[in-house]
This record gives sequence, C-alpha cells and structure tokens, in this order.
Amino acid sequence: MKTTIANLELGQRALIKEVDTDAVPLKLLEMGCLPGNEVELLQMAPFKCPMYLVINGSHLAIRREIAARIEVKII
Amino acid sequence: MGKQIKVSLIGNPNTGKTSVFNLLTGLNQQVGNYPGITVDKKEGICKLSRGVKAHILDLPGTYSLNASSLDESVVIELLLNRNDKDFPDVAVVVSDVENLKRNLLLYTQIKDLEIPAILVINMADRMKRKGISLDIPLLEEQLNTKIALISARKGEGIDELKKLIESYTLLSKKPCLDALSFAPEYFERLQKVFPDQSIYKLWLVVTQDVNFRKVYKQELDVAPDFKIKSESELKRLQQKETIKRYQFINTVLKKGLAIDSNAATGTRERLDRILTHKFWGYFIFLAILLVIFQAIYDWSSYPMDLIDEAFAWTSETVKEMLPSGPFVDLITEGVIPGLGGVVIFIPQIAFLFLFISILEESGYMSRVVFLMDRVMRKFGLSGKSVVPLISGTACAIPAVMATRNIENWKERLITILVVPFTTCAARLPVYLIIIALVIPDKKVGWIFGYQSLTLMMLYFLGFITAVGSAWILNKVLKIKSTSYFVVEMPGYKIPLFKNVAINVIEKTKAFVFGAGKIILAISIILWVLASFGPNDKFEKAEEIVANNYSDLSQEERDNKIASYKLEYSFIGYAGKAIEPIVAPLGYDWKIGIGIISSFAAREVFVGTLATIYSVGSDEDETIKNRMAAEINPITRGPLFNLASGISLLLFYAFAMQCMSTLAIVKRETNSWKWPMIQLVFMSVFAYATALAAFQILK
Repeated sequence: MKTTIANLELGQRALIKEVDTDAVPLKLLEMGCLPGNEVELLQMAPFKCPMYLVINGSHLAIRREIAARIEVKII
Repeated sequence: MGKQIKVSLIGNPNTGKTSVFNLLTGLNQQVGNYPGITVDKKEGICKLSRGVKAHILDLPGTYSLNASSLDESVVIELLLNRNDKDFPDVAVVVSDVENLKRNLLLYTQIKDLEIPAILVINMADRMKRKGISLDIPLLEEQLNTKIALISARKGEGIDELKKLIESYTLLSKKPCLDALSFAPEYFERLQKVFPDQSIYKLWLVVTQDVNFRKVYKQELDVAPDFKIKSESELKRLQQKETIKRYQFINTVLKKGLAIDSNAATGTRERLDRILTHKFWGYFIFLAILLVIFQAIYDWSSYPMDLIDEAFAWTSETVKEMLPSGPFVDLITEGVIPGLGGVVIFIPQIAFLFLFISILEESGYMSRVVFLMDRVMRKFGLSGKSVVPLISGTACAIPAVMATRNIENWKERLITILVVPFTTCAARLPVYLIIIALVIPDKKVGWIFGYQSLTLMMLYFLGFITAVGSAWILNKVLKIKSTSYFVVEMPGYKIPLFKNVAINVIEKTKAFVFGAGKIILAISIILWVLASFGPNDKFEKAEEIVANNYSDLSQEERDNKIASYKLEYSFIGYAGKAIEPIVAPLGYDWKIGIGIISSFAAREVFVGTLATIYSVGSDEDETIKNRMAAEINPITRGPLFNLASGISLLLFYAFAMQCMSTLAIVKRETNSWKWPMIQLVFMSVFAYATALAAFQILK
C-alpha cells in the first residue's frame, strides 16, 4: 500500500512523492503541496481530521480524505 | 484636481495587506460593493506629494490568479480588463517576509500580466526574531521590480512605498520568468488562435470561467486547431506551471534570502500545541465564547439603557416643543421610536464585531475552524460555518456574508440556509418582554432564575434547530460538490488597534444603514395604517367612547379612545382579518398585527404592541402591565399565559421574519429559490410548533 500524508504520525516528516491532481484542489498545489517538497504533521483534531501540516514552510490544515491522495516518503 | 495614480493592492490573505491599506489611506477610505455582487470593495485616497494623489483599491486577498471563490474572481476579472475604470496603473503586491516563497507565486503571476508591479515585503520587524536576512538589490534585479521593505505594524517604510508608487512609470513590465515553457507545442497552438493576445491571459481564460475582452471560451473551443483539454488534463498542466514558478522562486530565494534557524523561535508551534489541543483547545474556545456572550448581553445593556432613555426623552421633548398635529405625531410616534429601534442594537453589534475582528486579526479564528471542522461535518456543515453561526447571534446579515470563504458550495449553501435559526439580536427584545410576562420570576436553587434559564434555553434551541436542519438538508439536498478544505494557520499576532477599530466602525455602519432604512420605512407605514381608518368609526372615536363610557377617568378614557381608534384603523381591520389564522396559536388580532408587522423585522414587534396597546408612557412596566391585563376573546382568561407565551416564543424562534436576510440570501445564492424555500419552510415550521405548544399546554 502507498504511504500518504494520512499515514503520518504526529511530528513525523516526509517528502511528497506524487500528488493526485484530480482530487487535490489547485489552491493546495499553489500553497506548495508539490512533489519534492517537505511536509510535517504538527497536530490532528479528534478523529484524526482535519490534519494540521507544515508544507513547504506554509502552515495549513486539510481534511483527511485529501491528505490520503498525497503520496509521501517518510524521512 | 491633480494627477491621480490608480493603485491596486494585491496579496495573499494574512500578509497585512489591510494594514498597509489603512496606513496609506488613514480614515480616508470607503467600503462599497462591486457591481452585482456583495464582495466588499474598499478604496481610499493617499496623498503622495504636492499635487499627486493615489487612488488605492484594496482587492480581496487571494493566493493566486486562479480563482476559487467569488472574492478571488474579482481580482482576476479586474486585472484582465484594461477597460475597467479601476484597472491599475501600478499593482502593489503585498507579501509577508515569513512566507515570501508562497507569496511570490502570486507576484510572478501578476508580472506575467505585464502590469507594473511593486513588491512590498511586510512585517520587516519580525525578521530579526526569525533570523531572516534579505539581499534586496539582488531580489530587485531577479524579480524585475522595486521592493519596499516595510513594517505596517510599526509604520516603517511607508514613505519609501509612496515614492515608489509616484515613480511607477520607471518600473519594468517584463515578466520575471517564462512559466509556460513546459508545454511549448500546446501554447504555440493557443497563441495562433489569437495572435495579438498575451499568451498568459489566454491561458487564464482557458483554465477558468472569466471573460476577457472579446476572447470567450466558446471562441477558443471552435477554433480549428485548438481544443480545450479536459479538466483533469488542464489541472496537470497547472501543476506543471506551478512547479515551474516555484523552481524559479526557489532559485531566487536561495541567493536572496538567508534564514538562520538557530535564531528562529517557534511561538506559533508552541501556542498551537495548547490552542489546537484535543481537550484544552475546546476548553479555551468555550471560555472565549462565554466571555463574548457575557459582553454582548451584559456589558452592552448599560449603553443600551442609555440609548433607550435618550430616545424616549427626545420623543417627549419634541412632543412638548412642537405644536401637536399629524406631522409631529409622525415624528414622535413613528420616526423617533423607529430610529431608536435600530440605534439600540449598536452596542451589541459593535461588541460582536469587536470580538470577531480581534479573533480574526490575531489568527485564532483559523484554529476554531480546525477544531470544529469534524464536528460540523457530521451535520453537513464545515469548520468554516462556525464563524457565521457565531455572528448569527448578532445578526444574520453579516453572518450570511461571512459564509463566503467556505469553498464547498453545498456546505456554504446549507450554512446560509440555517443561519437565520440562530438567535439574533432582534429576537431579544421580543423574548425579554414575553418571558417577563409568562415565566415566574423565581429562582431555582441559589443562582439561576427561571427567566434567565428560559432565555438560555431559547438560545440553545436556536442553535440546535440550526444544526438539526443542516443535518436534514445535508440528507435531502442532492448537490455534488467536491470536499474542498484548505485553511491557512497564520502566525499569531497582537491585533492592531487601528485595523480592529476601522473594521468595527465599517461593519456597524453597514448594519445600521442597511437595517435602519427598512425599519424606519416600516415604522412610518405602520404609523400611517394605525392613524387612519377606512370609515367614520375611526373619525368619530372620541364621540363614541364619550357616549358609551361616561363614567371613566380622563386617563382611562384616553386609553379607551386610542384602542378604539386602533380597532377601526386600517391595521385593525387587517389584524381582524388574520385573527382566524392566529387564534389556534392562542393569539388575538392585536398580536396578529404584531406578527404581520414583524415580517419585515422582528424587533418591530415590541414597538407595534406598544403602539397597539396605546400606552402613552414609555416605561417598560406600563407596556408589560397593559399586556398582562389583556383578555383572550375565546377563553376569557388572560391573553398572555404560559401556553400562548411559549407558543409566541417558539414562533419567534423559528419564523423567518426578516426581509433584509431574505434579500441578502437572494444576493449570495443568486436566485430567489433559496430565500423562498427558507421563508416557507421556516414559517410553516414556526406555525406548526407554536400550534402544537399552545394546544398541548392550554
């Protein structure tokens, strides 16, 4: 199974491998959610959604189902 | 009039763009609307030097030129239309030194439009704390522009910015990179269809729903060697474009920006560990809500009492000073109380906007959205619905407008539809007088009184109904829309007093003038309908009462005449006509009139009853006593008892009685369908629950 942002644990960092552009809004891409950039999981709300991330230096929150469409490699 | 340079302020949200705008224009600004839509249009004048002024337009904050909301599409539509009267001579792109990388994305897009652009790097005061240093000359060279390094918080660097604006003709119009070089063949074909148009503009037209001069999407679609690609293909191209832009930005920043990570302090991360915590986060949010409600309902009662007294005094004074006659009556019984009914809400509305703008300015609101999203989603709402639902406790109008940043249309629509259920400030006076009439003034235990508990229950009921109907709407509405939720979590900032103050003044002004016009008009119409009658029973009221009730005291006779006149006035006949409809709810024709008149605005109810029960004095006690003495024509018992009181409270809790809200919902949803559904559903629901309550309790 592929590892995605949804699989990250608190405090874990990863490199983005591939973004499913059909599911992920353009706005998120433009905020730096692009292959090669780093992502860190800072915090999760109860039931693990939404997820509070730092992507490419931007602090932002996204829902779990979007996070599951962004493939990563844990570092 | 001297020369005026047209300036557009553009930038990502949370970059301090509004602070820069406020610094440039001071109080010399105004808020209007873009034609046809309700996006706020903020503009102002800035004096640059002798004889040279700048007209500054503060465009809505946007992350890129690819619009994903109504607010954002305003930006792109303006920048694509050279014939627009607001089309800028120069664009001032505001960025935040801590998020320069992301902010520059929008900057490179603006440069591609070949508009002269100045880059403002804001929050320079935070550079030292964050260990950031910049090579400004190098950045200026690489980005083909002039840079103003400023601190809007400390007011530093504004003069340099003004100088740059004044000499805007010296700025380069050249793009800083070729962002569309990733698919040369495709873009060559696109260019061939419209050889004299800029390729980036054509690309923007292809990828989104904006029209630009005479280039329409359809024309592109029928062009012989060019086909618009499928949405998912386009999106892949957009991703490539974005990667291209970031590659350029990264190369530039590698040379021009240095971060000493040892010097950086992570205040945001440390605060967020508590403020977005699974337990403490909710605890703190609840505590903040309690303070807000305390302020709105307790602290604001002092200025409200003062306003109430001031209007009563004005009314009395005018009555004494001017000769009596229909015109003076119109002023003292129609216009002044009508105005008072609006002005009295100013303290509550101002308090609410004060708190909301402090929470927004500080960056805390994004955390609330984060905390509440999962809970709200269960009901078909979004974390972003929380702000409208809180605002709704002051007034549904700003609340409906606050739904604009919900990207998902279904979640936004549901939020708009249920917001009017939250207990707005206009319901409060109605609740207060009915509760005082029918709920005993006793205490349960030590602290809580029955009356204040009832009031709290009504607030709770409003919120539950809003969330409950959201849940139903979520099941019923078949609208496909992709889940779409990206919230930036900005760094925490101490709110700037100037920004908060301007925001509170602007929003309060908008409410007072918006609602004020309607309430004033209704008050005048009501007064006219109550002051004239269709036949001579009205004209001869004095005579008839004097003949039939000769043993009354002067005061009692005056009251009798007034209520007799009312009964035979236009409004009296109207009330009697609807009596059969409202009688099953336990109301008489007078309450019926109150309900009719409050279909324009709820707060009119108390004023109407005051007029109807012909109370000369303005003391609250007297209105209450008169109402308490009313007899139900059918049961012969007191008109206002527990059953009819609860029924009336429920009716006001649920009924859609606000024309301004309906008007704003029409504008925001762009059709009459939704406000009409709202009106019918809420009114039927209100009637049914009120009927059930009265029939069970009587």
